Amino acid sequence: MNKQSYAEIFEKSQQKNEGIFIPFLVAGDPDYDTSLEIAKLLVDNGADALEIGFPFSDPVADGASVQNADIRAFSSGMTVEKCFKFLEELREYTDKPFGLLLYYNLVYKHGIEKFYKRLSNIGVNAVLIADLPPEEAEDAIKAADKYNLEQIFIVSQATSNERLKGITDIVGGFIYIASVMGTTGARTQVEHNTTELIKRIREHTDIPLCVGFGISKPEHVHEVLDAGADGAIVGSALINIIADNLDNKDVMFGEIADYIQIMKEATSSE
Amino acid sequence: MKRDTMKYDGKFGKYGGIFVPELLIPAIEELEEAFYKFKGNEEFVEELNYYLKEFAGRPTGLYYAENLSKELGCKIYLKREDMLHTGAHKINNAIGQGLLAKYMGKTQLIAETGAGQHGIATAVIGAKLGLDVKVFMGSTDVERQKLNVFRMELSGAEVIPVDMGSKTLKDSINEAFRYWISNLDTTHYLIGTTMGPHPYPTMVKYFQSVIGKEAREQIMELEGKLPDTVIACVGGGSNAMGIFSGFVDDEEVELIGVEAGGEGIETLDHGATLTKGTEGILHGSLSIILQNDEGQISETSSVSAGLDYPGVGPEHAYLHSIDRAQYVPINNKEALDGLRLLCETEGIIPALESSHAIAYAVKYAGKEENKGKTIIVNLSGRGDKDMFTVAKELGVEI
Repeated sequence: MNKQSYAEIFEKSQQKNEGIFIPFLVAGDPDYDTSLEIAKLLVDNGADALEIGFPFSDPVADGASVQNADIRAFSSGMTVEKCFKFLEELREYTDKPFGLLLYYNLVYKHGIEKFYKRLSNIGVNAVLIADLPPEEAEDAIKAADKYNLEQIFIVSQATSNERLKGITDIVGGFIYIASVMGTTGARTQVEHNTTELIKRIREHTDIPLCVGFGISKPEHVHEVLDAGADGAIVGSALINIIADNLDNKDVMFGEIADYIQIMKEATSSE
Repeated sequence: MKRDTMKYDGKFGKYGGIFVPELLIPAIEELEEAFYKFKGNEEFVEELNYYLKEFAGRPTGLYYAENLSKELGCKIYLKREDMLHTGAHKINNAIGQGLLAKYMGKTQLIAETGAGQHGIATAVIGAKLGLDVKVFMGSTDVERQKLNVFRMELSGAEVIPVDMGSKTLKDSINEAFRYWISNLDTTHYLIGTTMGPHPYPTMVKYFQSVIGKEAREQIMELEGKLPDTVIACVGGGSNAMGIFSGFVDDEEVELIGVEAGGEGIETLDHGATLTKGTEGILHGSLSIILQNDEGQISETSSVSAGLDYPGVGPEHAYLHSIDRAQYVPINNKEALDGLRLLCETEGIIPALESSHAIAYAVKYAGKEENKGKTIIVNLSGRGDKDMFTVAKELGVEI
């Protein structure tokens, strides 16, 4: 299926005066078939784009929710090859943009260029490598340019203006703002200085800004969009619904659909 | 993007670097700046040397193992890091980084530990310097190293069992990184070996290089010449890098790192990273690692918890790649034989890690072309911590 670009969906959402909502899930959590059904469910219930994680043995940037999702995926026999197949099947189903969030060793071991080429052939839009700072990313950026993928980078409160400038020069698609100084995971409130961070980054660039890490409630979505972000990313809160309903898929799917609708609604300014 | 916010890129050839989440970058920048600032600071150096001497017990001897030498037909010298406070070379680095943390104004140290030696070293320096200490330890290791857990707790450290993954050293490192990301302002992550993102491999080598510096001076005094060969065990590689650093520029000195052969390198149960591994990124740097075809990190196995790690310091990967150092495996059984041999010939009980180096020295000395050579073995730690494991392996109940 042809794919929409991030630029297109950001433009459309601006016209509609609403924000972008991007859920994250780990491919293969809790198993291949269920996670593919979940991905389709996300798309059908209002997700504007998707962030897909490849399970990794040593996910240092992730909190317990994502770690456990990785473990469930491995237990059900998930592999990198199956992740590629997952992406292919997802692209057959939807034209919405989706990006990967994964760890560098999976890319490096595969061969950076070969990895990006395969993603490009499948129709993946973007790649974010959690443990690849921009200073080490030359090969990845080259491959992304060659195969028309967006290379996304994370910015946090601790990122200096000096680094921020460097990152805005090379980032593609959108800037992923980590709203907390910590690992991924649902939290009860958005850290108070997230608003200032969004404003600080906005001063440097017009690139779309999406906020993740700790976003779990509609109020959080309101808060970050009001501060000037263009979108919100939710991972652990969604993964927790999966984890809590492993023995009843109907309930799991129902809760996910409801949750995604509520979160998407929160991106409208009314 | 060019690296203009830091002094160095931390590369050893192609290996090393900084592969960490963006959230950690400011902490890495802060640490690099502090390390280069204080290592040239007179007050810091004075205090470091004071603690190394009076708290840890340096210098350690370079001991001529006469009985063992006679038996093997070589001249074997043992660098006695086993004589240090807390029982291993780990204290050298713990003192250095502990002091650095204090100079940086941090109030808490965190550390990973497998066997517990680095955990104890961190716990005691934390107690001495008045810093809080949290030690992350795989729950499997907590169970099999109960005595060391108790020693850490006695020194006021909090031991946090890690229940994720293989529940051993690599998982305790993951968890320490996660904790650090969330507590950067107050906390220094005191990594125990020459792995991790820059500046750790360089910094840990710097604090361990006292081993090589002393050994070089001592052998020149005792023998009037450099040794033919230096042998040390390698897990992450800090004791080996420490002693190698004294001789790496002397091309005529052969450097040999001994890895955990576990149940045999033909099995999956070993930790022989440089012997069997491939290039990859783990825990912040590009090095040689044990992994599967898709880049998932392997679980390792060794009778010695300190060598039970699927990575190795990037500078070792570099020395291996340019053929400056050789890396060889010694299996569990050979290591146990090495331990017994040293006990019986010299009355010295080595740690299981160091027993790998002893065992390889025996093998090496057995080759005709090596007869009569002068060999320094880094005896990185003492075996007290391993007595339950050794007894079990030998079928003895204690």
